[in-house]
Amino acid sequence: MSKQVAVAGVGMHPWGKWGRPFVEYGVHAARAALADSGIAWSDVDFVVGGETVRNGYAGYVAGSTFASALGWNGARIATSYAACATGAQALDTARARILAGMSEVALVVGADTTPKGFLAPNAGERWTDPDWLRFRLLGMTNPAYFALYARRRMDLYGATSEDFAQVKVKNARHGLENPYARYRKEVAVADVLGSAIVSDPLHLLDICATSDGAAAVVLTSLDYARRHGLADPVRVEAISTVTPTFPNAVIDMPLLATDHAADGAPERTFKESLALAAYEEAGIGPDDVDVAEVYDLSTALELDWIEDLGLCKRGEAEVLLRAGDTTIGGRIPVNPSGGLACFGEAVPAQALAQVCELTWQLRGQATGRQVDGARGRDGHPRVGITANQGLFGHGSSVLLAR
Amino acid sequence: MTTSTPAVAGWFTTGDDPRLVASRCTSCGTLAFPPPPPEAASFCRNPACDGDAHEPAELSRVGRVWSYTDAQYQPPPPYVPTTDPFQPFALAAVELPEGLVVLGQVADGYGVADLAVGAEVELVVETLYTDDDGERTIWRWKPVVELGEEADQ
Repeated sequence: MSKQVAVAGVGMHPWGKWGRPFVEYGVHAARAALADSGIAWSDVDFVVGGETVRNGYAGYVAGSTFASALGWNGARIATSYAACATGAQALDTARARILAGMSEVALVVGADTTPKGFLAPNAGERWTDPDWLRFRLLGMTNPAYFALYARRRMDLYGATSEDFAQVKVKNARHGLENPYARYRKEVAVADVLGSAIVSDPLHLLDICATSDGAAAVVLTSLDYARRHGLADPVRVEAISTVTPTFPNAVIDMPLLATDHAADGAPERTFKESLALAAYEEAGIGPDDVDVAEVYDLSTALELDWIEDLGLCKRGEAEVLLRAGDTTIGGRIPVNPSGGLACFGEAVPAQALAQVCELTWQLRGQATGRQVDGARGRDGHPRVGITANQGLFGHGSSVLLAR
Repeated sequence: MTTSTPAVAGWFTTGDDPRLVASRCTSCGTLAFPPPPPEAASFCRNPACDGDAHEPAELSRVGRVWSYTDAQYQPPPPYVPTTDPFQPFALAAVELPEGLVVLGQVADGYGVADLAVGAEVELVVETLYTDDDGERTIWRWKPVVELGEEADQ
């Protein structure tokens, strides 16, 4: 049995700091995705919402919230929460129901309205909550975790602050023409190095902001796509949402310590296993990938992901960066959308935004930022991969092909 | 005289030779830090073990820096600021011989310039903040040999 489903439509609401209810963004993105697919809302039989934890009850029951806002049509609903991987988990839930033959058309929506500044934990005295304890006992913010990984790249592989700045320069250029990006302005290396250090070695411009935004994807069975004349749709080849295996020897936000690795570090890190599971599910490898959208919460983290996805050996991502391989026009463009550097993070929407971008890239519709692909149809890329990781063992990697 | 008590109970010992206190599974010996609260159930984190009983286990006092950074902006609550204006502090993730990496602030008076991946640090206990109950202490990592001294040798 085929494990593929069709990406019939994608849509987004521009990222920004709009200050409107998240539901408005989500409905905007959902309607855009439905319009893109040519499928009527009345044909959708399953809605999965990505939960937002910062917007009250409506955010906790996001599947219901979006279905209701679009006008009850009787569709079944589900709500997913998987931190930064929320969108991918929601997508996987939709895919599973389609592959089981229990749904034909699923709408997946993620949207968020975010507060200003550092993401902080829930209020109250929460002495058993690691996300609360890391702030109380250590003052350990999200950027501090990103900085630990960045510093290791410098001390172990010779990465420099200029390398990190070049990631920002590249992504800022990629996002210039992206109508959904929040920041659409060229950035120079000197701008990054001249911005305040937040957590050494990371500067303010090395770290992504938090944003409002929304993304939506319409998935259908391949059979439905055929019957409704959707020619050559982008297909979901794999969705990896595996959890870590014990012992997880890399310190993960928001934890205060790693697992006990009595016999040394395991063969693979969690992030490496996320990509490997996607490749194995699709039956392809890193050499088949034409374009990648990875979670650049910091500039340095993009370099980590390039290696975690197997696009080069450990410690060699700076070589690709310096050679221009990861720039549009290079061998393996990374974050042609502009990435989180240009978007800022809207947690429940972000993994879906990655899928939207790759869908446009594989269709050849990424105006102003289109990646060339000799291997795909009409000179467009054939295979795209996403990657992200969130709190508490969540992460995802989605493989799309056309 | 003010009293001095750990900001969190049961996670570290104080005195001349302070140690972090992990929990050790009495079935398979797997360590976990922080230890679970005394009243909480503790299921062994090792998926090959169904142990649910544990005992306190003091960890090595000296480890090597896995990585390090600092906080140059005041973290949001529930972080408790102790100075106004805010004074940046350093943070380190430290690999202990037992095979765990444990985060901590870096001892007062030391910053990122005093640290390097692989450098040796030792555990000390210092004041984190002061509340109605007096000084509340926390474990911190202190460079064993300052890099400047090392270069002089």
